[in-house]
Amino acid sequence: MADSRDDQGVPSVLLSELSNAPHVEKTVFAHPYLALDGKSRSNLPNRWDAIAFLLLAGTLAAIALGARQFSEPLTALQHIGISLAPAALPEYALRTTLRMLAAMAVSLVFSLGYAYLAARSRRAERVLVPLLDILQSVPILGFLSFTVTFFLGLFPGKVIGAELAAIFVIFTSQAWNMTFSVYQSLRMVPADLAEACRSMRFSAWQRFRRLELPFAMPGLIWNMMMSMSGGWFFVVAAEAITVGNQEVMLPGIGSYVATAIQQQNLGAIGWAILAMLIVILLYDQLLFRPLIAWGDRFRMDDQPGPTQPESWMLRMLQRSRWISATEDISRDLRQRWFPPHPVATGARQRRSLPAWTPRALDGVWYSAIGIVAVYGGWVAVRYVGTALGWNEVLHVLLLGGATAVRVVVLVALASLVWVPIGVAIGLRPRVAAIAQPIAQFLAAFPANLLFPVAVVLIVHFHLSPDVWLSPLMILGTQWYILFNVVAGASVFPHDLRDAAANLHLRGWLWWKRAILPGILPYYVTGAMTAAGGCWNASIVAEFVDWGNTHLQAYGLGGYIQEATIAGDYPRIVLGVIVMSLFVVGFNRAVWRPLYRKAERQTGAGVDLG
Amino acid sequence: MADDARTAPANDAAGTPVLQVDGVRRMFTRPHGDPLVVLESVNLSLRRGEIVGLLGRSGSGKSTLLRIVAGLIQPSDGHVVYRNQRLDGPADGIAMVFQSFALFPWLTVLENVEAGLEAQGVAPHEMRERALAAIDIIGLDGFANAYPRELSGGMRQRVGFARALVMDPTVLLMDEPFSALDVLTAETLRTDFLDLWTENALPIQSVLLVTHNIEEAVFMCDRILLFSSNPGRVIAEIEVPFKHPRNRLDPRFRYLVDDIYARMTARSPVDQPAAVPTIGERLTEVSTNLLAGLIESLAAPQHGGRADMPEIARTLALEVDELFPIAETLQLLGYAHITHGDLILTPLGHDFAHADTQDRKDSFARQLISRIPLAAHIKNVLDERPNHRAPAVRFLSELEDYLSDSAAEETLSAVTRWGRYAELFSYDDDAETFSLEQDAE
Repeated sequence: MADSRDDQGVPSVLLSELSNAPHVEKTVFAHPYLALDGKSRSNLPNRWDAIAFLLLAGTLAAIALGARQFSEPLTALQHIGISLAPAALPEYALRTTLRMLAAMAVSLVFSLGYAYLAARSRRAERVLVPLLDILQSVPILGFLSFTVTFFLGLFPGKVIGAELAAIFVIFTSQAWNMTFSVYQSLRMVPADLAEACRSMRFSAWQRFRRLELPFAMPGLIWNMMMSMSGGWFFVVAAEAITVGNQEVMLPGIGSYVATAIQQQNLGAIGWAILAMLIVILLYDQLLFRPLIAWGDRFRMDDQPGPTQPESWMLRMLQRSRWISATEDISRDLRQRWFPPHPVATGARQRRSLPAWTPRALDGVWYSAIGIVAVYGGWVAVRYVGTALGWNEVLHVLLLGGATAVRVVVLVALASLVWVPIGVAIGLRPRVAAIAQPIAQFLAAFPANLLFPVAVVLIVHFHLSPDVWLSPLMILGTQWYILFNVVAGASVFPHDLRDAAANLHLRGWLWWKRAILPGILPYYVTGAMTAAGGCWNASIVAEFVDWGNTHLQAYGLGGYIQEATIAGDYPRIVLGVIVMSLFVVGFNRAVWRPLYRKAERQTGAGVDLG
Repeated sequence: MADDARTAPANDAAGTPVLQVDGVRRMFTRPHGDPLVVLESVNLSLRRGEIVGLLGRSGSGKSTLLRIVAGLIQPSDGHVVYRNQRLDGPADGIAMVFQSFALFPWLTVLENVEAGLEAQGVAPHEMRERALAAIDIIGLDGFANAYPRELSGGMRQRVGFARALVMDPTVLLMDEPFSALDVLTAETLRTDFLDLWTENALPIQSVLLVTHNIEEAVFMCDRILLFSSNPGRVIAEIEVPFKHPRNRLDPRFRYLVDDIYARMTARSPVDQPAAVPTIGERLTEVSTNLLAGLIESLAAPQHGGRADMPEIARTLALEVDELFPIAETLQLLGYAHITHGDLILTPLGHDFAHADTQDRKDSFARQLISRIPLAAHIKNVLDERPNHRAPAVRFLSELEDYLSDSAAEETLSAVTRWGRYAELFSYDDDAETFSLEQDAE
């Protein structure tokens, strides 16, 4: 609720005002990876991390090896011309949007299945959770080349292959945090509700539908929104791909921009930006506002919220007779097709296996995984080693260091700028109500659409690409810092603000003792998302073109992109592995410890996502 | 079912029991050390027309027993017989009401009540009819389409009851169903339930009620099984000879309550072997403010150093479960002792009551060292180490040889809290380390 008191501490808001007071989005969820609880929270790498990493490296190398056989049919793909006429944009925008939706559907199914498996089976959990940790750290655009070759190989000469590749890329940008969120929720299912389910003898499906899915819903919806907002960046990058000498263009906003870059058409880029703005706005209003408002019913806390999320779209749907008629029909059909059947009562058979069986199964399962991992690691080392040698590895590590310096400096700079602004906004509810959706919107906007503008400027003023390409990396992701800080500041307890004022805490002391510890969990969530985004963006930001002008910065992102365009698979594998190592290292060494500290200081973290 | 079966339950012992618990034990095997017994062998037969109370403190195994009867936990030994069959998992005809209500917040009252029927595959129209009937009988008409969060606690627990009753159970299990409610609401719900029960308005044949509230047990039950803690074990079986409705102010009612208080606080020789307490003794985390507060109340003129436990519980508005740990910690530390339901301050306790802050801390430190082996042990280790630091994990793993994980954590946390107050040692929460240096910041 908005600040209900004026400077004298006298209630100054009338009841009638309450109903139309501005609504600030306060339920911001922590990154589910940070909020993850329990044994998998140790920050030190353990053997399961190593195994997960080896599995991934092996898979990449295996795909790269396999890709050699696939490389032929790629040429058969017909070249699709992209029209730069603004009139063509609505259709392109629609196609881009459909790709996003398709990827979101796949991500949903994946995250539910993967998380369910990880939460239900201890054996699966040991492997799946570290693997997820590694997967979320892999630079998405880094393995673009693998996915494209793989899918084009599956459907030689057909556009569907390229479409699937693009959808897969978007999927990889969306799925991981959603999966973490569902997994975290499934492990936190309230014990009393789980007991109630068992005592009423729910079937596994009923339990999932009545308890687990609804309980996971708020976190899942929030992470879908975050994924979607991150996804625009990748859909733009994935629609126009060059791998080796093959150029793949899928009709969409991304390829429209790519074509405009080739033809140095700044006006067309302006149109694309406008189209993107409209698409994101529509997405927000037609899909996510309704989803959030609908998801409010799945909150676990007891009190009716002071500000319930509103959505005109949802209200319209709920009031429409047409919808309620559809619901009735679907219920009828459900009952006809899936008639409720009584659960078998009475004694269930207890299996009488020897006592050592679980141990033996453990042994077989874990050693099988160990063997596969070691083999995968061996394949990867041999693949990279024979083609490149150790000097190259050292070189790539140095490049990674350069990009790491950029990421650290950028996140620090962005924090210096956005934390004070975010706090100032967050403490003023009316301003926050306006600013927060804008920040969220800016976070969703694919910053790579703006890269050409930056290139034009750099070339015009003869600036150093090593320095001036860097800001592009954080252009799109700095907003995560802003809106998390705004959310954190707006829930900063009122009595603590009063206490700080009463103690005459001013200036730096106020920041150090009052507000910074208060917003820390929110800031960490924002900053980790921003930093992760930076690493991903480095692949396209350290290597940019404008017509025939080419700019490249010294860094790992540029290295990966260069190797991708050259179709140099050993270098891609090496680059991707090194970058993943850097990201995992940062998550473990910086973000997670920082979040735990923040969590302990504030008593409780941000809502568990 | 005869009406007098309800009013004179003790006379109906002849019939076959509705449910039979035979030699049920429950223990946990631990990676190292002996298995941990949480519930010693229990025998119990639930007869037709009676409400049986399981009364005890937390950790006394009463909830474990209820969950075994509910089929939610498997006993390690022994078995439960219901409808001439050994119980193996949740059974038809046994329904449960939860302390926390355990309603699905995303389902309406009606949908919550229907959920159990849905699991049994009842046809939709029949499901609706039965759910509405249950909602009606429990007094929830007009709330069928409300969501639980729109209801008060009392109304929510009514939904909990409706959800159990709609299954037409013969045995109703209640896990402290009124303890999350305020006093007035709880009383209304109790009497409403007893009205339905004595009117024979319910298909239920017998009720098993878990509670830590002595008055509630005497008010509702026909028979009470008294549990002691660590390991959980039945120490007494008490028949309640009163007819419903019962009068709490009736002297005989009060006498029975006092008697149970005395039994619950009695230190039977079997319960507390005269052995020297070990490091692994289980401690309950009680704040030092509460300890000092109770000492001061006892020392106050109106008590003069001695108080009746039920009375002091009432005057301080403490539940039994809250009062007992404080009283027992005082006894453990030598500031008071408990006899026949009375709490008596020792000379040391009197001194404490009149001391200033620093003297209190010194006295507390002395008592910790001499009477709590774990505190002395931590202090010793810190004294011996050159850097005077030791990680918490070290002591935790020692404790886990004696206690379950959660009990070990609570015990260590209790000693940490007391040791910090007494300035015996300090504890860094970030580093999870004990040290001798006084808090720098």
